Amino acid sequence: MTEKIRKVPGITKESTQEMIDKVLAAYPEKARKKRAPHLGPNDPASGKSCVQSNKKTVPGVMSARGCAYAGAKGVVWGPIRDMVHVSHGPVGCGWYSWGTRRNLMSGINGVTQFGMQFTSDFQEKDIVYGGDKKLKTLLAEAHELFPLAKGISVLSECPVGLIGDDINSVAKTVAKELDLPIIPCNCEGFRGVSQSLGHHISNDTIRDYIIETREFTEPETPYDIALIGDYNIGGDVWSAKALLEEIGLNVKSVWTGDGEMEKIAATHKVKLNIIHCYRSMNYMCKVMEEKYGIPWLEFNFFGPTKIKESLRAIGQCFDATIQEKVEAVIARHEPIMQAIIDEYKPRLAGKKVMLLVGGLRPRHTIGAYEDLGMECVGAGYEFAHSDDYDRTAPEMPDATVVYDDPSEYEFEKFAETLKPDLIGSGIKEKYIFQKMGIPFRQMHSWDYSGPYHGYQGFAIFARDVDMAVNSPTWGLVKSPF
Amino acid sequence: MANALGLDVKPVTEYTAEEVERVKNWINSKEYKEKNFARQALVINPAHACQPLGAQLVAHGFEGTLPFVHGSQGCASYYRSTLNRHFREPAPAVSDAMTEDGAVFGGQANLHEGLENAYTLYKPKMIAVFTSCMPEVIGDDLTAFIKNAKNKGIVPADFPILYANTPSFNGTHIHGYDSMLVSILQTLTEGKKIEGRCTGKLNLIPGCDFNTGDYREYKRIFKEFGIAVTVLADISETFDSPCDGTYSVYAGGTKLDEAADSINGKATITLGPYATPKTFSWIKDNYAGEHASLSMPIGIVKTDALLMKVAELFGKEVPAALKAERGRAVDAMTDAQQYMHDKKFAVYGDPDYLTGYVSFLLEMGARPYHILCSRGTKKVEKELQSLLDASAYGKGCKIYMNKDLWHLRSLLLTDPVAAVIGDTHGKFAARDAGIPLFRFGFPVFDRVNLHRSPIIGYQGVINMVTAICNKFLDIKDETCEDRFFEMMR
Repeated sequence: MTEKIRKVPGITKESTQEMIDKVLAAYPEKARKKRAPHLGPNDPASGKSCVQSNKKTVPGVMSARGCAYAGAKGVVWGPIRDMVHVSHGPVGCGWYSWGTRRNLMSGINGVTQFGMQFTSDFQEKDIVYGGDKKLKTLLAEAHELFPLAKGISVLSECPVGLIGDDINSVAKTVAKELDLPIIPCNCEGFRGVSQSLGHHISNDTIRDYIIETREFTEPETPYDIALIGDYNIGGDVWSAKALLEEIGLNVKSVWTGDGEMEKIAATHKVKLNIIHCYRSMNYMCKVMEEKYGIPWLEFNFFGPTKIKESLRAIGQCFDATIQEKVEAVIARHEPIMQAIIDEYKPRLAGKKVMLLVGGLRPRHTIGAYEDLGMECVGAGYEFAHSDDYDRTAPEMPDATVVYDDPSEYEFEKFAETLKPDLIGSGIKEKYIFQKMGIPFRQMHSWDYSGPYHGYQGFAIFARDVDMAVNSPTWGLVKSPF
Repeated sequence: MANALGLDVKPVTEYTAEEVERVKNWINSKEYKEKNFARQALVINPAHACQPLGAQLVAHGFEGTLPFVHGSQGCASYYRSTLNRHFREPAPAVSDAMTEDGAVFGGQANLHEGLENAYTLYKPKMIAVFTSCMPEVIGDDLTAFIKNAKNKGIVPADFPILYANTPSFNGTHIHGYDSMLVSILQTLTEGKKIEGRCTGKLNLIPGCDFNTGDYREYKRIFKEFGIAVTVLADISETFDSPCDGTYSVYAGGTKLDEAADSINGKATITLGPYATPKTFSWIKDNYAGEHASLSMPIGIVKTDALLMKVAELFGKEVPAALKAERGRAVDAMTDAQQYMHDKKFAVYGDPDYLTGYVSFLLEMGARPYHILCSRGTKKVEKELQSLLDASAYGKGCKIYMNKDLWHLRSLLLTDPVAAVIGDTHGKFAARDAGIPLFRFGFPVFDRVNLHRSPIIGYQGVINMVTAICNKFLDIKDETCEDRFFEMMR
């Protein structure tokens, strides 16, 4: 934690705590007690989390969280492009999560790529009599209609676990019959406290059913790596992969953005795993380290400062040839990055940003905002754990507010007090703050833009932040009469 | 324990370009269509959501009402974000965040804690509880839970909390809309019926309509008529609120006392015969005045029917301004008919939209060639068929009940049409078929402001004609040979 502790004028531990106490006062006593440990002023010197996390959401308070199914289908499985992903249960879950994450995919839709909505569309009779038979039939239908699909995942929705269906046994039988991987994932939405358990369950499912079932055909090289925890939002993987290849590495598989099942299955043969989204995929990195001795490294491809640090750290895992390429790549990109900063920084310097995203991006993007001269005055996560908050502490300025699974009420009140120039969060929050006249960018979906990863991504990120903060439309919010 | 399936370890494979090409062509073939239509269990790209979404929509249409999901928090996030994306507006709703222990002990503890917090924090005038899968499967007794909450003093005894059972494994979003609407009206109107009282107002039930422009258009039409109207439920302000530097959790909705007094109305009309059958049936038994169920007024004929019915119920002439408006809409149609005449369309959507699209296309001399309903009854099918039978342009047009958008894709590729009318979800099939998609339905995630552009009434006719014909003309200008590129169209 070599980072210098930064301060924001006007923000002290006392002022932040006072703001928190005021917000907490609105709650009934029981909820207040539950919420209090989840809000706190940042203490970067400690390098430790200042809040509790990964606890049950308080009922009735308008949380931004999703469920385990959302973490499994939307995050981990959905981006694997060459598998059919069946939302097993009633129609809604799959319908709501259909094409709403922006994990872009190459291939031909319905032929080699299956970014569609497959569901067993449970009816009353399936609840009463069970859905196993239906599942068996639909798996065969999917295989017949989509012969190039490399496998099928079965993602359980709430009723499946409640009525006692055995998707694991169906998957095993049908996988043998069709000679096709059919992966059962028990990710019912009622499990756990957030999307996070869905990530974990999915990681475990990959461990149990996928990894080690394929071998790469090309000879191994010392530069074989896997890119873990990049979901290709708005094309992030394509930007990141190009950069990694530019420094001489072979990206053998990507988990799971624009992902391919068989390459994921052969990942046990790589020399290094580099992980972007630690929250959703650290589990499998740890498994691969223990089981196959593959080291892993966290990295951050948001903004030139963090990209440079990350490229050098990645280079340190390899020999001099890679390290030389890293320096050459940095040298080539730095003037381009400086030109971007020179263009946007004068318009963005000193602007304040508040963040609430899933489990990684707040801490990972702070550096990129700072590259543009902005400062982060509040950050939090929907579903982060304490190790995420530990990693966040040094990234945030001293005494700024940290909020875990904040209610919409808390977020709104904090914004009223802190008056940020930009808020980066999700679709459910976007229009609330825009009504208040606060510029906003969706930071889950890159607000229909992107990529934001890598050097290529920073150019787009900088443009997007500038146009959000400095759009003349904000000047019209207050009427002159 | 990798490889729990016990399959052989294989090399990483790539398909050859020839194989990909073969399958690419195959999925566009008639042979594939047969296989696709033979599906028994797998649903691909359905054009319907689940019940709670409709329940949340209608709850937003009442003043100060907080939609409350009894179930897993993820459900609430899905409904909210769907409404956010379509309207580009906030959609505040809470859930009581049931988890595993709810499955064991039932959801009462979560509901009670949730009610206490929601009531204190968001200060609603009414709470509308609806259920997602979990409490439906375990069989929570909401009547008892809510009664207990009031007995325990968690919320005041006279505070309106109501609920609707909205199981996601039964029906679609329109059924959730219906269940919630009738529950709200039953609660608000309880004990409000006054013998001999007549508000003189029209109660208008637009049905499960996600277009705020439609609601504003209804209000304008009845203003022209000089008839006071109570819209049940009015989402137009909730989902089209001004950006003025302030945010309100409750931006709009029908006033609760006005909704309560609707039971003493002069007349009640539903324009969602398929979205509100339960509500309408209850209204017929309980509401004062006249009751009528009409089609959603899409197209000239169905709009005429609404205006004539209103004129009849209120003993008024259709005002000259509306008659002139009709003339303008017909003028727009006759001016533009040549661009749509005999053109084949594929249409899909909820039943109330579908009857409207079909009626409008036939009026234009266009052919609603593939009519696809994701979930619908025999009654819908019969009504659609009778619309087709009554027009020369209905000949050869076919209705596909309980089919999905992957079926639609096969239809578009094997038996082509000029355009699709539907919603954003049809964009993949339309693109593969190389034809335009008109997003008149719900949801629209990929275009701006369409939810503000009415498709009902005479103005709706003009809007649809404008969108469709100009798109066809754009395509002509963009694709014709240079020698046929000309000034006039």
